[in-house]
Amino acid sequence: MNGPRSYLRRTDTLWWARRTYLAYTLREATGIAVAGYAFILLAGLISLANGERAYDVWLNFLKSPWSLALHLLFLIAMVVHVWTWFKIMPKTMPRLVIGRRIVTQNEITAAGIVVAVAAFIVILLVAECVQP
Amino acid sequence: MKRSVAPVFWLLFGAGGMLAALTGPALVVITGLAAPTGIGLSPDFMSFARALSFVHNPFGKVILFGIIVLFFWHGAERIFLTLRDMHAGGRLTLMWICYGTAGVLTFVTVAALTMIGV
Repeated sequence: MNGPRSYLRRTDTLWWARRTYLAYTLREATGIAVAGYAFILLAGLISLANGERAYDVWLNFLKSPWSLALHLLFLIAMVVHVWTWFKIMPKTMPRLVIGRRIVTQNEITAAGIVVAVAAFIVILLVAECVQP
Repeated sequence: MKRSVAPVFWLLFGAGGMLAALTGPALVVITGLAAPTGIGLSPDFMSFARALSFVHNPFGKVILFGIIVLFFWHGAERIFLTLRDMHAGGRLTLMWICYGTAGVLTFVTVAALTMIGV
């Protein structure tokens, strides 16, 4: 009658591609973009080590429409990363108390995004100042 | 109790994630969009001579090392955890693939920086 019924795990291997998990999958995919951008920088560093001709090949690649499209994609992923990173941050840290008041999760997220926007502006200004 | 190595990778993930959140968008705009197109920045921003003197500078070396390596370890941990969630393979296999790649690329970064010298 009631024989042993062992638990069978769902074999839905494409669960992450479903709409319900879109936010999860997008957030995790930003990791590919962060590593991918580092890879482009490393390629530049290696070509720099190989002399001017190799470095020019890398610079010309950066000017190609492929690279520009790729970097546009990287930029979108970085923005998603900033957003999700500070969205999750308050959940991963101990409760923050300032002046006997608990700082809410939304406040921590907002503060993080403000700092990120400020850092974005400062870095661009520094780049403007040091250009030839 | 056997000590776990997870906190080490978790720390690298956190450091890389924070660095990417604060510098990533600006860096992509500068090196990937503005400098190559010459829009908003001089087209000579990343010229050979300037790039070389930047890497010759110890601060430049530390900045490049920190960004490249921590971005790699951040991505490696993310991809590892996601592949785990996707049941893409055994824990050890995925660890070797993800952390192994980040480890090799760390070595290559150090080698390239050393080759360029001071």
